[in-house]
Amino acid sequence: MSIETAALPGLPQPDPSGSAAIDVAHLVKFYKATRAVDDVSFKIPRGSITGLLGGNGAGKTTTIAMIMGLVLPTSGRVQVLGYPMPEQSDRVLGRMNFESPYVDMPMRLTVRQNLTVFGKLYAVPDLRERISQLAADLDLGEFLDRANGKLSAGQKTRVALAKALINRPDLLLLDEPTASLDPDTADWIRSHLEAYRKTHGATILLASHNMLEVERLCDRVIIMKRGRIEDDDSPAGIMARYNRSTLEEVFLDVARGRVHEGSAPIGAAAEGAAAHGPAGESA
Amino acid sequence: MSNVDLHRGIALHRINAMILRYWYLLMSSWPRLLELVYWPALQIITWGFLQKYISSNAGFFAQAGGTLIGAVILWDILFRGQLGFSISFLEEMWARNLGNLMMSPLKPIEFLISLMIMSLIRLAIGVIPMMLLAMLLFDFNLLGFGLPLIAFFCNLIFTSWSLGIFVSGLVLRNGLGAESIVWTLMFGVMPLACVYYPVSVLPGWLQYVAWALPPTYVFEGMRALLIQQIFRADLMIEALAINIGLFAASFASFLLLLTSARQHGSLIQSGE
Repeated sequence: MSIETAALPGLPQPDPSGSAAIDVAHLVKFYKATRAVDDVSFKIPRGSITGLLGGNGAGKTTTIAMIMGLVLPTSGRVQVLGYPMPEQSDRVLGRMNFESPYVDMPMRLTVRQNLTVFGKLYAVPDLRERISQLAADLDLGEFLDRANGKLSAGQKTRVALAKALINRPDLLLLDEPTASLDPDTADWIRSHLEAYRKTHGATILLASHNMLEVERLCDRVIIMKRGRIEDDDSPAGIMARYNRSTLEEVFLDVARGRVHEGSAPIGAAAEGAAAHGPAGESA
Repeated sequence: MSNVDLHRGIALHRINAMILRYWYLLMSSWPRLLELVYWPALQIITWGFLQKYISSNAGFFAQAGGTLIGAVILWDILFRGQLGFSISFLEEMWARNLGNLMMSPLKPIEFLISLMIMSLIRLAIGVIPMMLLAMLLFDFNLLGFGLPLIAFFCNLIFTSWSLGIFVSGLVLRNGLGAESIVWTLMFGVMPLACVYYPVSVLPGWLQYVAWALPPTYVFEGMRALLIQQIFRADLMIEALAINIGLFAASFASFLLLLTSARQHGSLIQSGE
């Protein structure tokens, strides 16, 4: 009964070759009177790891949700892997995946059952082999046949990551991927993500409050504040501009509105951000 | 879940994946299985004995044997059909799994088809023991309706799916705060659908409302079959016509509510 089709009539056909993995232009999202995301634009090249930073209510989750198509923007456009979202999401959703603390895997199903269901949803070939491989990679073997609800927080995070990798995505969106993990496991997960990026040429967009993680993993950092982009550069470039030796110090400077002598946050967003009232993520 | 490409690319493997997900859930939880059987069994026993008592004391009911038991079983098909659909949907809300599904290649139409199939499976688990009990305890064989039973069943299940789709959309948009509607909506239909009494009992103006509901035609049809031994095909065709309109309206409202949920960020909120 599979009748997958090639094109949607009436819509402009994109040229995905060479396009950015994520191309966001003038994205705005209002929740009633609250401006959660305010004129955000960025392009994320394929094969890169980009960190999305910002305090609570900065607009990270809403931005990621709009990229995934879970939230519709008030205005602006989103292209993922060369296709407009959500208009052509059917061409893209099978090639991306995500992990987020605002969703869970079904608790009564075992880890193996959960991965089987999602593997089938994504039409993963050789699913048993893929699950065995993920179990080995993410050390899920000892609890593969245990109900998800009976796992520790750290184990659940690893299972959620396994689900996010089940379809070998070209684009991976991760919201706090190492939250609840002990330092050893978190470090191991980061290594796994780096290796995955290298072997698959995947693009990763990562929202995190762990600055060491971002420094280690990311080629580029986008800092958001009050729904706008406050800064956008490589971790080293940002730290140099703020005269700081760690991203954590930069984060605190941005969050508390401290601008050091000689520091020069890029873009007009910096000026604009101060003019806005408080904006919160609906999530 | 893509909400723009509804009719294209319906994939059996994704529907199978969702059915497998609900099957795993049912099989992992004996209270869920027991719940499916317990209430229908209780219903048939209570109403069956009531019917037995009344028919031994009243001439009309003695002639109209089985109307109460028949009504109980058909009502349960309607009620359990909607509940089976909606509970499978609610399982995703309770599990905070909806975001995972919405971001997967699963399409709304595939999701709804899987919920319909699950409602049939859940219905079978509950209603088959109920029918056997009716046969053993009260000598009432629902299958004795013959071919009309297919018409009754199809009309009732279409109505139950339509209501299930509509309330699922409401929960999707408004969160679990709207969950109580899932459990109570069908009870609002019950007095108007004239499950246990003929439409003529209702005041004139209310009869117009009753005839707007497809189940009313089924219960009237069942009484005609049991009391007068005639199959009212006209009633079934009218019910089917209303059902087609109802189903289309429910599906359209589900899509509108899904779009509204995306606009309001409801899909990344999982509470009330």
